[in-house]
Amino acid sequence: MLLLGPSGAGKSTLLAALAGVVGGEEEGEQLGELMLDGVPPAAARGRAGLVLQDPDAQAVLARVGDDVAFGCENLGVPREEIWARVAEALDAVGLEVPLDQPTSQLSGGQRQRLALAGVLAMRPGLLLLDEPTANLDPAGVVEVREAVARAAARTGATLVVVEHRVSVWADLVDRVVVLDGEGALLADGRPRDVFTTHRAALEAAGVWLPDASPDVPAAAPTHEPAVITAAGLAIGRRRDSVVRAGLELAIPDAASTVITGPNGVGKSTLALTLGGLLPPLGGAVQASDRLARGLAPQPHRWRSTQLLTRIGTVFQEPEHSFVARTVRDEIAVGLRALKTPRAELDARADELLARLRLEHLALANPFTLSGGEKRRLSVAAVLAARPPLLVLDEPTFGQDRATWTELVRLLRGLVTDGSALVSVSHDAELVRALGDRVLRLEPAGLREQTGVAA
Amino acid sequence: MRLVARTNPVSRLAAAIVVTAPLLLTLDWSSSAVILAFELVLLLAAGAKLGWILRSTWPLLIAAPLAGIGMLLYGEPSGHEYASFWLAHITSGSIALAIAVSLRALAIGVPSILLFRGVDPTELADGLAQRVRLPAQLVLGTLAAQRLAGLLISDWRQMSLARRARGLGDAAAIRRFLGMAFALLVLAIRRGTKLATAMEARGFGAPGPRTWARPSTFGGRDAALVAIAAVVAATGLGLDLAFGTLHWVWS
Repeated sequence: MLLLGPSGAGKSTLLAALAGVVGGEEEGEQLGELMLDGVPPAAARGRAGLVLQDPDAQAVLARVGDDVAFGCENLGVPREEIWARVAEALDAVGLEVPLDQPTSQLSGGQRQRLALAGVLAMRPGLLLLDEPTANLDPAGVVEVREAVARAAARTGATLVVVEHRVSVWADLVDRVVVLDGEGALLADGRPRDVFTTHRAALEAAGVWLPDASPDVPAAAPTHEPAVITAAGLAIGRRRDSVVRAGLELAIPDAASTVITGPNGVGKSTLALTLGGLLPPLGGAVQASDRLARGLAPQPHRWRSTQLLTRIGTVFQEPEHSFVARTVRDEIAVGLRALKTPRAELDARADELLARLRLEHLALANPFTLSGGEKRRLSVAAVLAARPPLLVLDEPTFGQDRATWTELVRLLRGLVTDGSALVSVSHDAELVRALGDRVLRLEPAGLREQTGVAA
Repeated sequence: MRLVARTNPVSRLAAAIVVTAPLLLTLDWSSSAVILAFELVLLLAAGAKLGWILRSTWPLLIAAPLAGIGMLLYGEPSGHEYASFWLAHITSGSIALAIAVSLRALAIGVPSILLFRGVDPTELADGLAQRVRLPAQLVLGTLAAQRLAGLLISDWRQMSLARRARGLGDAAAIRRFLGMAFALLVLAIRRGTKLATAMEARGFGAPGPRTWARPSTFGGRDAALVAIAAVVAATGLGLDLAFGTLHWVWS
């Protein structure tokens, strides 16, 4: 079964309740009754297994075998049987790594399969997956989907999946349930029927349907001169660890560039290096005269306030960049650092609050916003200083369709107004909409991609 | 050292406690000297190379003499005074204290560091829960939290880069540090909550007995390790008693 609905409809809460991990009274109210095999889920631990969205958050122990065994230990399974179950579960998800492999050395897709194996080893009758592929690259998505299909077939467990991207699961499920923004039941039926009869409502709810691309104009090739170039560039987060070397690239001005490639290949590191936040470990990054405006051409040598008005970087996790107590202050932080006169500061902050639909949240704490609002705020905060080049790391990560469309329209609008954009992403739709130039970073090196497929 | 490597981490912990207990309770330099000398002989006899010992304990080798110098200059003055300026007095009493403090730091630190080198946290947790019978919830909770440390380090790096991107990277280092420390705390709580949910979803804290996939066992090696530690400690104290140089912390 596939469970759909807009952000905030309570899908994750429902899964958590089914798994028996909903918090006590202090975390909210619970009305009505929920029974799993005739008892409350908290009393039937192990009957329902839950896989969460974030692969980082789920590995409990340091080694693969120990981590899969963890659930069995908690359920009091005898030792000999635990190891038999561990082998069986790893086989079911197709994870062929040694039992003593550190969990920190797995890719995102492998870690999600590990989490699934940990749940399968508990032999649940109900398998709950909360956006299990939202944080993965396309290869990881396929891995996890195959693993789930195989495990479901082998164990005969009931499957409940929450996911924005319907196409991944449409063939695997035989029932679709849709909730509306208030958590009320909107539709319930066979996938084909629900997708055809409730199309408009589903799209309004932010659901990604299998055969409908979002309503944004496609990218067009560009011949603009470069705003920033790199020659013989070696990148890495620390001096002693070069991730990629010998990169040659040019980012066109007044256009949108997307850098794609598999997880862990160094896309984010490249973005941070182009953004002047990490020093090149070899070769050089060179800003155009229009961008440098009288400074040395190497962005990493600019002072923090000089960088602010030239290159804006939007981080993958908005929370990493939040520094203020209110949304309004968050937008004004950069302007204060630039000693912008009060009147202009107020005017710019108000304009951005309105443009990104954050006015009603002006006095809220940034950490309390929803995922989509946090993302909009992190973009607004960068736009305040009006940098001509924007670097965005996974801007559409885990967003529902409505937030996605809004963000892409906003970014395209910036390009139309003359800004240059570099986005790092493995989102095929983003490449289609914002890839005026598409660069693909692979272990073998960087190459320009023509055509639309990511 | 390969013999030690195959012992249960719990017996290594016990051995470290047994060796260092008399040192924490006494103040004279002779017991420290005897125990330190005994430790080094045993380590070398167990096949440890001197270079390896120095490499593994170098921070301690710097810290111990520094602690000694502090005592030398500012320790309670007594006996003959050799030199003095302002608050510093070098006296025969403070010299003895300085030597005692340096030796003690080494005698406590060297075996602790070497015994715990390469201890696997999972194995230690298994031992503490199964052998020492500490509550499983506490031990496993701590073990899981320890894994979050790595994530928080990368959070911190991202946050420093983000501060530079936001125009806050130039000045006010202390204020920036405090701001980041607070933001990191928020992130840590959030990560901790997520991890707790993931653990609970895997049946952590379920009623009923818990089993252990990895047995934690004691063998002859473990008994020998703790016995040797006891002999070392007893020798140090015994010689002190014999020569009448014993000086308890409380006397």
